[in-house]
Amino acid sequence: MDWLFLDAAFTGGSRDECSAKAGGACWAVIGERLNLFTYGFYPVAERWRVNLSLVLLIFTLFPILFEKAPYRKYALHIAVAFPFVTAWLLVGGLGLTPVETDQFGGFMLTLVIGITGIGFSLPIGILLALGRQSKLPAIQIFSIGFIEFIRGVPLITLLFVASTMLNYFLPPGVTFDLLLRVLIMVTLFASAYMAEVIRGGLQAIPKGQFEAADSMGLRYWSAMRLIVLPQAMKISIPGIVNTFIGLYKDTTLVIIIGLLDPLGIGRASLADTRWTGLSTEVYLFVAIFFFISCFGMARYSQHLENKLETDHKR
Amino acid sequence: MFDSVLKLKTTYSKEVLGMRVTKFLVIIAVLFSFTVMADAGTLEDVKTRGKLNCIVSSGLAGFASPDEKGNWQGFDVDFCRAVAAAVLGSGDKVKFVPTTNKTRFTQLNAGEGDILFRNTTETLSRDADLKLTFLPVNYYDGQGFLIRKSLGVTSATQLAGASVCIQTGTTTELNLADYFRANKMKYEPVNTETNEESIVAYESKRCDVYTTDASALASTRAALKKPSDHVILPEIISKEPLGGAVRHGDDRWADIGKWVVNALIIAEEMGITQKNVKELAKKSGNNPGMNRFLGTEGSMGEMLGLDKKWAVNAISAVGNYGEIFERHLGPKTPLALERGLNASWKAGGILYAAPIR
Amino acid sequence: MDPIASLSRLWRDEHSRSVIIQILAVVLIFGLFAYLVRNAIVNLEAIGKGFSFGYLQEPASYDINQHLIEYTSRSTHFRAMLVGILNTLLVAVSGIALATVLGFSLGVLRLSKNLLANRLAHIYIDYVRNVPVLLHILLVYGIIVNTLPVPREAQSLGDIAFLTNRGLFLPKPIFEPLFLVILGLFAAGIVFTIWFRRYAADIQRKTGEHYPVFWISLGAVLGIPVISYFLIGGPITFEIPALTGFNFSGGMVIRPEFTALWIALSLYTAAFIAEIVRAGIISVNYGQTEASLALGINHGRTLNLVVIPQALRVIVPPLTSQYLNLAKNSSLAIAIGYMDIVATIGGITLNQTGREMECMIIVLLLYLSLSLLISFAMNIYNKRIRLVER
Repeated sequence: MDWLFLDAAFTGGSRDECSAKAGGACWAVIGERLNLFTYGFYPVAERWRVNLSLVLLIFTLFPILFEKAPYRKYALHIAVAFPFVTAWLLVGGLGLTPVETDQFGGFMLTLVIGITGIGFSLPIGILLALGRQSKLPAIQIFSIGFIEFIRGVPLITLLFVASTMLNYFLPPGVTFDLLLRVLIMVTLFASAYMAEVIRGGLQAIPKGQFEAADSMGLRYWSAMRLIVLPQAMKISIPGIVNTFIGLYKDTTLVIIIGLLDPLGIGRASLADTRWTGLSTEVYLFVAIFFFISCFGMARYSQHLENKLETDHKR
Repeated sequence: MFDSVLKLKTTYSKEVLGMRVTKFLVIIAVLFSFTVMADAGTLEDVKTRGKLNCIVSSGLAGFASPDEKGNWQGFDVDFCRAVAAAVLGSGDKVKFVPTTNKTRFTQLNAGEGDILFRNTTETLSRDADLKLTFLPVNYYDGQGFLIRKSLGVTSATQLAGASVCIQTGTTTELNLADYFRANKMKYEPVNTETNEESIVAYESKRCDVYTTDASALASTRAALKKPSDHVILPEIISKEPLGGAVRHGDDRWADIGKWVVNALIIAEEMGITQKNVKELAKKSGNNPGMNRFLGTEGSMGEMLGLDKKWAVNAISAVGNYGEIFERHLGPKTPLALERGLNASWKAGGILYAAPIR
Repeated sequence: MDPIASLSRLWRDEHSRSVIIQILAVVLIFGLFAYLVRNAIVNLEAIGKGFSFGYLQEPASYDINQHLIEYTSRSTHFRAMLVGILNTLLVAVSGIALATVLGFSLGVLRLSKNLLANRLAHIYIDYVRNVPVLLHILLVYGIIVNTLPVPREAQSLGDIAFLTNRGLFLPKPIFEPLFLVILGLFAAGIVFTIWFRRYAADIQRKTGEHYPVFWISLGAVLGIPVISYFLIGGPITFEIPALTGFNFSGGMVIRPEFTALWIALSLYTAAFIAEIVRAGIISVNYGQTEASLALGINHGRTLNLVVIPQALRVIVPPLTSQYLNLAKNSSLAIAIGYMDIVATIGGITLNQTGREMECMIIVLLLYLSLSLLISFAMNIYNKRIRLVER
């Protein structure tokens, strides 16, 4: 505790200046590089775009997360528009200065990967879950094969495939942006887990519901869309949030293929001759960041669970 | 219960359908991806892109590391800038691709970088089996050992039984195994992915000795708490000629890389510096060699497929070899490296670039 | 009949439609697959790389600090891969064991009526679950390496074992041939116990009579081998580690990389297991316990025979996926230099030979087999404890 606060130095230009001031932790490295930890190498002049995206994110999430939001009716429209607007804001083009994706970094990168992963894995996960429950053997086998393959290997091996081998599988001459490849892999990874969560929800639906839908003459997609999925999704919400927390934590693994998320920025900072040897401070700072955001999400999930439970009892 | 189901229906029903998913993916892919047809050759690719993709280390003080503003700095970084300046006219038209030891070659081969400057040792197997073409050596290095003075070791032959920190995926790893085997000594390898991790392990005394290229050892030693407590052992157990590299099979592009490196070395021999290069290039002088270099005579640039002023651009972007060295590695930097082997052949070193003629 | 009408009829018929959809799906997916493979072949040819596993027979030329089987830098890449596989298995199996023990204890603590224990367990679980496992590994490793003494100032444990930041040095047992007898007795004890438990259960079912099964089993498995060990005269000698030069030599060593990975993975997974166990025990209706007690069955047997079997049915499926997660997370070993599959065949070998395609295929297949193996074992267990519906 003394080391953390009382004996710690909060300012200074290098590790030596820190240790000259106080014997404890040297937080000056965080202070100096806070911008780097937040925005990565995003051009200074364009950082308002990142800030604006964050505001948009909050604006989008608010009606989804809280029932009492005044503009909840439009939640879906906003959620659909959000990815396009932010992608345009962050990447640029069409009037904005283009920013290369390798300049993304820090907490911003964590959010980009996390949000994209969850946003796209949800629909893909639903399709996979339906595929796995499908009566058509070919579809079922492919879904099971895909889900079990993805779930059977660690994420870092998939990321490594994305960073080293994926280009070999594309037509000669075509290359994909590294971040895009990572986003695809993370999305595929998350959708396999999402599919299993949603399958749990589907299995919990009583058979009578399917039969009732059939007896009303609903086609497969209509039955799923109107009867089964709304109930299944509701049951799976806590599981979905947990999958998201897992995915969010897993974004730290991208440092292994050279993307600079907060942990990566921390390590790069440690390579600066002025700051070497401050690993504990840097790791602790990143740990606190993750703890706060994940704990928040976990609490929200619990809140949902409690709410759903009262629903059932009613 | 029933009306909550209805409410949820409106929230999810539309999201479910596959059409939207595919539409999303396609549009995002278009927004994000920079799909390039590379068949035209690397030079044309770089020119159309307007940026050079240069593979560097993700962090090695003095050679390549980002400063607090996110600008890349270092010896290798300046070679990237020189190539960019020669090809595109500006040293800022570079996109740096940070890589680890492990991913550097695969990323080069996969086309994520056009050129690699990443304190990389030239070896036969990398040349022939990993399908790289090496550019002229830009730093002559050798593998050494860094150790605490308090352990009382004066020679590498006394290292039997020691724990040795090494970076995986390097030639040093293989040299180390060979060296200890040849000297019939045992050791415990402590593997790390990056230089930074090695420093951490060494400082915490997880290992007794840290072995890597002598230049990196100097930068490591300078960064330790009390550099005078540590000593670099006299033995240099290997030759480590570090140089840039490009993919096999594009000779024109390899030539450009090769001659930019040569030009930086020759500029030092001729006394052309970042300051005086613009002045000198204004008119042709009496020195034909210098005229050819500066593009005031002959068509050296055109032969390479570049601008007449390619060398002038490179020098005005980063200076000559000596200036780059002084700026990032020389005595005034924390690394405080001597020129040694890396002095020009006229000053007792072995830097000897082929002539521009 | 015109073709469009007959096609639409085919589409409207449920059976033929499902056949069409499936054929389309098969063609699409195999087509995509073939396309990717073709691209890979073209691309590999373009840069002049072949596709072969011949490099596995060449010398690896690098050293590995922790090898459970004989290995030198002259061994082949294939052997380096085996070393990596064994290291992964070692940390996965020991991690699963420790995580299970810790997780069950924490889960029970979370249900404890002791407020302090309950709160502490809760705080611990919340902290651990919400920080990435990679950070846990780095932190634990940092703590071990930075706080433990260097070999020359080693913490001696009774002069036979030594604790340092290079690892825990333990005496190494050297077995003499007679030790085989003890091993044989031990195996016989296990076989006997399995038979005896069945026999005792049978007797109990028929006559209601209890045997002291636990004590008899203990005697058979441990008692007889231990007694005969001393009777034979202790056919094991120990090689005690000694400080020579930089490090301890002789004996066995448990390296800090292993310890850090093992502890961090176990602590992380245990937090998840604790929540699963808690949910499992809560799911058993308290009426079950009351009913059992009312029948005069004592507390211990109620827990063993009534609560746990029912809770296990809820616990085992999510527990399986936690085991899988632990095994997969062991691949993060690469962050601290523990030489597992990813670090050997997927790391140094890949890097020194430049065979990304071949190496990554091997790595993916190895992890898939490991996952399948765990799933398979847990499924068998799950079937055994499943509710038998009549």
